[in-house]
Amino acid sequence: MESDDQLLDRFQRAAFGYFLEQYNPDNGLVADTSRFGAPASIAVIGFALSCYPVGVERGWIKRTEAISRTLVTLNFLWSSPQGEQPDATGYRGFYYHFLDMKSGQRVWHSELSLIDTTLLLAGVLTASMYFIEDTPIENAIRERADAIYHRIDWEWARDGGATARQGWKPDSGFSHNGWEGYNEATILYVLGLASPSHPLPSVSFDAWTATYQWENIYDIEVLYGGPFFVHQFSQAWIDFDGIRDRFMREQNSDYFENSRRATHIQREYARRNPCGFEGYGKDCWGFTASDGPGDNILRIDGRERRFYGYAARGAPYGPDDGTISPCVALAALPFAPELALAALRHFCKRYADILTASRLPSGFNPSLPGGSPSGWISEGHFGLDQGIVVLMIENYRSQFIWNLMRKCPYIGLGLRRAGFTGGWLS
Amino acid sequence: MITSVHSDDYPPGDLAWRALVANIHPTAWRNPTYAGRYNLLIIGAGPGGLTAAREAARLGARVALIERTLIGGSRLNAGCVPSKALIRTARLYAEMRCAQNFGGEEPSDPKFSFPEAMARVKRIQARLSRNDSAQRLSESGIDVYFGDARFAGPDSVLVAGQILRFRKALVATGSQPVIPQIPGLIEAGFLTNETVFNIRSCPRRLMVIGGGPLGCEGAQAFCRFGAHVVIAQSDPMFLPKEERDAAQVLSDALARDGVEIHLNTTVTAVRTEGTTKLVDLLCDGDKSTVSVDEILVGVGRAPNVEHLNLEAAAVVYDRAAGIRVDDFLRTSNPRIYAAGDVCLDHMFTHAAAASARIVVRNALFMGRKRLSALTIPWCTYTDPEIAHVGLYVREALEQHIPVRTFTILMHDVDRAVTDGEDAGFVKIHIKSDSDRILGATAVARHAGEMINGISLAITSGIGLREFSRVIHTYPTQAEAIKMAAEAYMRTRLTPSLKSLSSRWLSYFD
Repeated sequence: MESDDQLLDRFQRAAFGYFLEQYNPDNGLVADTSRFGAPASIAVIGFALSCYPVGVERGWIKRTEAISRTLVTLNFLWSSPQGEQPDATGYRGFYYHFLDMKSGQRVWHSELSLIDTTLLLAGVLTASMYFIEDTPIENAIRERADAIYHRIDWEWARDGGATARQGWKPDSGFSHNGWEGYNEATILYVLGLASPSHPLPSVSFDAWTATYQWENIYDIEVLYGGPFFVHQFSQAWIDFDGIRDRFMREQNSDYFENSRRATHIQREYARRNPCGFEGYGKDCWGFTASDGPGDNILRIDGRERRFYGYAARGAPYGPDDGTISPCVALAALPFAPELALAALRHFCKRYADILTASRLPSGFNPSLPGGSPSGWISEGHFGLDQGIVVLMIENYRSQFIWNLMRKCPYIGLGLRRAGFTGGWLS
Repeated sequence: MITSVHSDDYPPGDLAWRALVANIHPTAWRNPTYAGRYNLLIIGAGPGGLTAAREAARLGARVALIERTLIGGSRLNAGCVPSKALIRTARLYAEMRCAQNFGGEEPSDPKFSFPEAMARVKRIQARLSRNDSAQRLSESGIDVYFGDARFAGPDSVLVAGQILRFRKALVATGSQPVIPQIPGLIEAGFLTNETVFNIRSCPRRLMVIGGGPLGCEGAQAFCRFGAHVVIAQSDPMFLPKEERDAAQVLSDALARDGVEIHLNTTVTAVRTEGTTKLVDLLCDGDKSTVSVDEILVGVGRAPNVEHLNLEAAAVVYDRAAGIRVDDFLRTSNPRIYAAGDVCLDHMFTHAAAASARIVVRNALFMGRKRLSALTIPWCTYTDPEIAHVGLYVREALEQHIPVRTFTILMHDVDRAVTDGEDAGFVKIHIKSDSDRILGATAVARHAGEMINGISLAITSGIGLREFSRVIHTYPTQAEAIKMAAEAYMRTRLTPSLKSLSSRWLSYFD
């Protein structure tokens, strides 16, 4: 039988392949999904920039190739138009969520996205931490990375409020949405607080964490976040094991432990399966923002079922339409390896047809009729899913990304400004 | 709402309508002749005014009760009573549609008569108006006046041509719907909670403006009647004052019913084309237009402070926030008090009644009862209902009170499962390192009923631990509260206690 490490290596490499395939060599942009005509997503580019060093370490890509890809990307990010014009690439140092793969211009009337810019920046800083040789090309990578970070105006993004806004559009200004309750924004505040040019004030982190809610759910004490990815995205770059902010000190926990507990809640929800969907069980779970079968109401086995398209699914509060996101289950690996590995082996055995050369889809729904027990299967692949799989498997196998980013001075500074102490910060 | 006693909204032969009018504004009513200063003069015969009037009269006070239009206020005529009656019919219709889930068969063409449902509403209003009819109030020693009340001085009021003097007065004039400033809205016409119960047919397409309690209740009810309902909410989620997860469950429930949801969306203009109303929406810079037959506005309520001539009595007020009162519900004129929607943030029938009781004590018996001491629960009557009492977590944290929340999902509650009503949860917030209950939110089919037990606990100072000792009837949905208490007790079993227990038990092996 294939060992755990062999299994993980196979899936990690397959996920890494996404970034080799969905990349535009002219500008470094990476597609949001593998579907025809998909635009680039700046967050996916952030994952790509973080995955290239992993690929180099694993021998899946030559260092020179990774350097070349990285520099092309950073050059584009630095030189593409920034301004109030609606088809710019970004504004105030932030970037629009979706960009045309060829021109790099804003598409889909997408918003200037703080969190997606943050994930992009995490990738930019990962590159600057990995390519540290004193050569002109690696020096250029680090200079570009620094310049991109310096240009981001976090202070502006508060719009005069206590916390950062979620987005901005040229014709309607800042969105109403703020950050309320725990979610994936920890890294946003860490990088915003550490900004060398326009930092967020440390009170902004306090204001955000004041909206947290510490809950006992299914006898598990947890800082609840809805869709499961919120427990993984900041954690992909930052090793939260043993470091604590004020909130976690009060709860005698940390964000690593919290992600472990959140994993158990996901599994507990699937075991309970309150809506009676097909397939759910101790090894079949994963509820997050993912692709879905589409907005539809169907009567299945005498019950009216409502299905959704791309939606932020979550456990235990929902929405739940029977869609399972296998990538997010696998990405729980560093926090709950036994659970994640058991889920992966179950997916492989029971739902083998969801795999495309060991690459997992965004979602599948066994409750819907299909040609196999898997039911509906999301078409193609999503860059965010593949990126989190590559990084989290790597963090489980070697802690490579975590160790790399521990040395990033901005991460350390941002964490300290947010009030984190202990562990590797000591 | 019946806006006038001469309304021809319903046929003159309608018995329920006639009975209702006879109770709440009898056409032949003759105001009493003023015969000397009142101990308590009350303006407004809604829930607050009625409570104060009855209580004061019972205690022997000379009481005047002045009503501009209809006894009962919004509760009876435009709020809780008619809306809950209509929601009940909507729920029946929704249950017919999902009969298959319970082993039944959905009627192929479920017949539903909107006029009959509205007639039922009127019958219920008539029935519930009996206790507070003008005649019965008068028989209990209260001088009931109909007419517009205006302060004539710091201790007098003019009503229907008579000057009434008072030792103490209570302003309990309630509130009215806020009409948003949307170009074209007034010209196109719209419904509010005060007019929606007058319509005779269910609109085929309905736009609901506002995702607060009124908007959400209305959207779900009319959707269940078969209307295509579109709801626009300017905030990113419904019920923005409630917990994020409550709003999430409600959002899912509305979507499941078929409501077309537009969050983070503002209505920018309304136009008409023939009988169709075109509503322009703006969401994050993206414009769209929906075509509807009717518009229901539910964006909030504003206090009724106009036309009272409050200036003559030196009562300070604000058009948006209402009459300013201190914690004893006294206005800037020490003779005059206020209660209910006209001065409170919490615009609920039960809050109006509770504040009115405080006024009777404080105004007539030199009491020192405080508004801030009240524990006021509330509920939004969607399906599932969303009820809350006490502090929210964010409020506790703002007061630097550390909070732990014990959550029970309704899908873990046996009775909720047997009844097919397992959407929702109960969250009980306690102060860390204690079992003191700070607040709670229930999202469940009968959340409004469930929250009362927790209100009792907060009011009486009963901790969460006590709930685990109370035997609850099985199976009931309120067991969720006991389950939360048991979850709390399990956290009390620390590893050292468990080890001690194991050692004790092994002693007997």
